[in-house]
Amino acid sequence: MQLIHCPWCGPREEVEFHYGGQAEIAYPERPAELSDQEWAEYVFYRDNPKGAFAERWSHSAGCRRWFTAVRDTHTYRFSSTAKPRRTGVRV
Amino acid sequence: MSTETNPPGADLPEHPDFLWHNPDPKKTYDVVIVGGGGHGLATAHYLVKNHGITNVAVLEKGWLAGGNMARNTTLIRSNYLWDESAAIYEHSLKLWEGLEDDLGYPILFSQRGVLNLAHTEQDIRDSVRRVEANKLNGIDAEWLGPEEVKRICPIINISEDIRYPVQGATYQPRAGIAKHDYVAWGFARRADEAGVDLIQDCEVTGFTVDGDRVTGVRTSRGDIGCGTVALCAAGHTSVLLDHLGVRAPLQSHPLQALVSELLEPVHPTIVMSNAVHVYVSQAHKGELVMGAGVDSYNGYGQRGAFHIIERQMAAAVELFPVFARAHLLRSWAGIVDVTPDASPIIGHTPYENVFVNAGWGTGGFKATPGIGWCFAHTIANGEPHPYVAPFSLDRFTTGALVDEHGAAAVAH
Repeated sequence: MQLIHCPWCGPREEVEFHYGGQAEIAYPERPAELSDQEWAEYVFYRDNPKGAFAERWSHSAGCRRWFTAVRDTHTYRFSSTAKPRRTGVRV
Repeated sequence: MSTETNPPGADLPEHPDFLWHNPDPKKTYDVVIVGGGGHGLATAHYLVKNHGITNVAVLEKGWLAGGNMARNTTLIRSNYLWDESAAIYEHSLKLWEGLEDDLGYPILFSQRGVLNLAHTEQDIRDSVRRVEANKLNGIDAEWLGPEEVKRICPIINISEDIRYPVQGATYQPRAGIAKHDYVAWGFARRADEAGVDLIQDCEVTGFTVDGDRVTGVRTSRGDIGCGTVALCAAGHTSVLLDHLGVRAPLQSHPLQALVSELLEPVHPTIVMSNAVHVYVSQAHKGELVMGAGVDSYNGYGQRGAFHIIERQMAAAVELFPVFARAHLLRSWAGIVDVTPDASPIIGHTPYENVFVNAGWGTGGFKATPGIGWCFAHTIANGEPHPYVAPFSLDRFTTGALVDEHGAAAVAH
């Protein structure tokens, strides 16, 4: 079991976290104009690299906040974790 | 130990003296299959047997059948919900039933039945629905109550005061297990005899492309020309497709499994539980073979997180108290490629002579002969076999998904 560094709480055990897939998937700016293929890519298609991957994790058993982590999918090592950028979020 | 019956494993055949040649790659082939696991080898076999295509290479980056084929839990069943899945998995099961004769090689196919447990009211409804759907597709299936489950598998705990009590199970008597290495070797020997080149230690590192055709495969052992390329690389399919600039909705995850030390025969069937994420059978030699759900995160590392094993063991010991003092012998992970609807992706790619067979998630082994048969047809005819046509890549655009999360039995 490895420690994951929550940007708010610090290092915690892996079991406290929930995986959320690829990070920074923005909702389409003009949804009504999307083709079926573009909708398919937004809903179903994600990158699947063997190597560095930016992904979302939630500290679900702690502060319950989402953050972005860069992790190597081959070695499973986390190289960074950071609070998510606010792009694409309506405030 | 009883002296009247053979000890576990006594009926295992001897290893053969000779398996297959180990050729260097030729300059060009009619068909280059990328991936020397079960699916790639079965595809090669049926290309020869059903279509007379023998100028074929199977490229394997490691050793033959040393990836997921060597790491799987060998379960074979066809009790899927939807007609599309039932068709391909039942086609496969029928081929399993005659495979030993076809290959002229022992594969130790043992039809000992599978119980898929239900633990909640909703599990019961879903299970009964699946049984009825199976029957409509001519697949053997029945719904059993807890006492009947206990009759088939006496060591199971059907007490009502455990955390997830057994409320019943679906039962497919024709389901079974086979000896995975022997299956691979059987296909490999047949293909090798027919002139197929099985090329190991040959990693595909790229492709040469001319317009919408691929003209060759770049490998760690040099460039190889090709008429058609068939991708059978399971968890690493995304890596190959990246070389072609093609995206597919695949996510690779570690799927862990483990075996116990050798035990007397105690577990006569296969038991799976979707809800508590454990499935168990007893191998021919006597190991308890146990699988879990996939690890949640993407991974290519052929290992997974320890807490998955911990949960899996907790579930196993609650369902089978007799396992409590069994020792774990070894654990491992395969890399499974998971799709959004838990069904495979088979057929055309944007390149006219490249076909893909991927996305089997946790269900690839049971499909081995069936997909080999249908993928060989697809390659030989340039069009998907009717059984695999519903599993085209464009279903994610048309919306015609084949949602098998319920029948896939292991949480994706």
